[in-house]
Amino acid sequence: MTSPDGWRRLHPLSPIVRGGRATIGVGILLFLSLLQGRRGSSNSYIELGIAGLVIVLGFVSWIVTRWRIDGDDLRIESGVLRRQSLRFPLSQVQAIDIVRPGLARIFGVAELRLRTGGSSGDTARLAYLASHEAEPLRARLLALAEGAREHEETPDPEAVIEEHVLTTVPTGRLIGSILISDVGIFAESVLAALIVTAVLSPAAAMGVVSAGAVWIFAVLTLVWRRFNQEYRLSLAEATDGLRVRSGLIALSAETIRPGRVQAVRMVEPLLWRALGWCRLEVDLAGKQRSKGEGQAERRPLRTVLPVGSRALAEELLERIVPDRPRVQSPPPRRTLLKSPLRYRMLAWGRSETCVATTSGRIRRVTVWAPLEKVQSLRRVQGPLQRRLQLATIHVDTAGHSVHAAIRDRDSAEADRALADLSELARAERRKKAR
Amino acid sequence: MLTLAALIAAGVVAALGHTALGLACLGGALVLGLAAERFVSRRFHAWGYAEREDDLLVRRGVMFSRLSVVPYGRMQFIDVTAGPLERSFGLATVRMHTAAAASDARIPGLDRAEAARLRDRLAELGEAQAAGL
Repeated sequence: MTSPDGWRRLHPLSPIVRGGRATIGVGILLFLSLLQGRRGSSNSYIELGIAGLVIVLGFVSWIVTRWRIDGDDLRIESGVLRRQSLRFPLSQVQAIDIVRPGLARIFGVAELRLRTGGSSGDTARLAYLASHEAEPLRARLLALAEGAREHEETPDPEAVIEEHVLTTVPTGRLIGSILISDVGIFAESVLAALIVTAVLSPAAAMGVVSAGAVWIFAVLTLVWRRFNQEYRLSLAEATDGLRVRSGLIALSAETIRPGRVQAVRMVEPLLWRALGWCRLEVDLAGKQRSKGEGQAERRPLRTVLPVGSRALAEELLERIVPDRPRVQSPPPRRTLLKSPLRYRMLAWGRSETCVATTSGRIRRVTVWAPLEKVQSLRRVQGPLQRRLQLATIHVDTAGHSVHAAIRDRDSAEADRALADLSELARAERRKKAR
Repeated sequence: MLTLAALIAAGVVAALGHTALGLACLGGALVLGLAAERFVSRRFHAWGYAEREDDLLVRRGVMFSRLSVVPYGRMQFIDVTAGPLERSFGLATVRMHTAAAASDARIPGLDRAEAARLRDRLAELGEAQAAGL
């Protein structure tokens, strides 16, 4: 489907897949009404007309959407009334994902999603391409992003790039972890409460179910989505970045380019800590949500390890942030007065290239931010902190979901840390610029 | 604002003929005014910025004191704004944006010429030291 000037079209089935569940619903309705229409009523003609119109609209949206790789840019044009021409510089790409929802898998198509950086960072979506096209295109885009030229012979697109699988999450452990996670426990208590009410008085239970159906549905969706997204999640290391593959029904394959990680965080909820489990998430630059991205796709954080032991997490961290601080020092005792719940968790440490902070009230969150990625540093001191001679240093990165904060340190120590960190960050920037 | 309200109240009460009450209101206005004056002046004096070799320091706040260190190389763009009130006094606000949304480098109440100079200087330094994401 390549026109002579290099413009290409998406897969012809894309409007149907993009319609998603609505398509299935309309299809069923149409089928039913056709069955009834046999008996002859003018209504079925109207319905047919509407279906025809929808199909024509879908076709038009397909025919006006085209894309091409233009030098170092990916260009996408779409729209009839409001013509849109988007240009995405490949050098700014932070991550490339291939996503295949259930319906797309049935039709054998896949969506390619490029996340670009910057405060106005947007996501380029090619929805949908034929499945077999998506993988080579991803490899080609990544190669271009790394600085290869367009017409240069891409080293055999069919060749599989060497991948070294680091870890795969066992399904049993994933289910267990979701059952004792915050969402899981909430869902379980809702279900338990329902069952208890149902046993005590079935009539009341019916009332509760019909009244709270939306909420129950929402909670179950949340649990399901988490399971679906993290099912058999495997992390692999390839030459062009970290590969994260996962999914039960909706498959996704993400590629995080090397050196694009803004921060890494490790979350240890209360119940997980007892089992020695933790979760690793990676933060990338770019907007938290972009227009046109649905709820399910709005994922600012990339989960690298949904659940795993501390030892496994350490091993993965070694790949992502190689030179990370080993020791973290606790805050002064008087911090207990200011943040009694956090006190046990608070700590921070730094190495030459990375800063680590730990915080959290019930769950423990440890954040590692490479100094090379530091955008700015802030020292904040509130009234209570001033009385206690404490101060907090915030380390701002271009990621939007992970906040590294060195909380409640001695003022003098905070001042020293601020000076040290800005000095080290400068050295890192210089090293990179050279 | 409170001071103004108290002053008006004093005027109204005095006009109604209650001299003692009017005086009390006037006293209240004076106390409030002094307090506000002190509050504003402390806030004003807490604001400060310094251009260092590689980064800009911005300091502000009395209750919550904040000090931001923003490297020039991290600057994405600068904007200079002047609201109607600021314009009438020939002032402007300079703000530096980085890729991190939390970065907070705003310098309000600069002289128009100083704002322009700062903007140009920051842009120049940012250009020279620009670092990728």
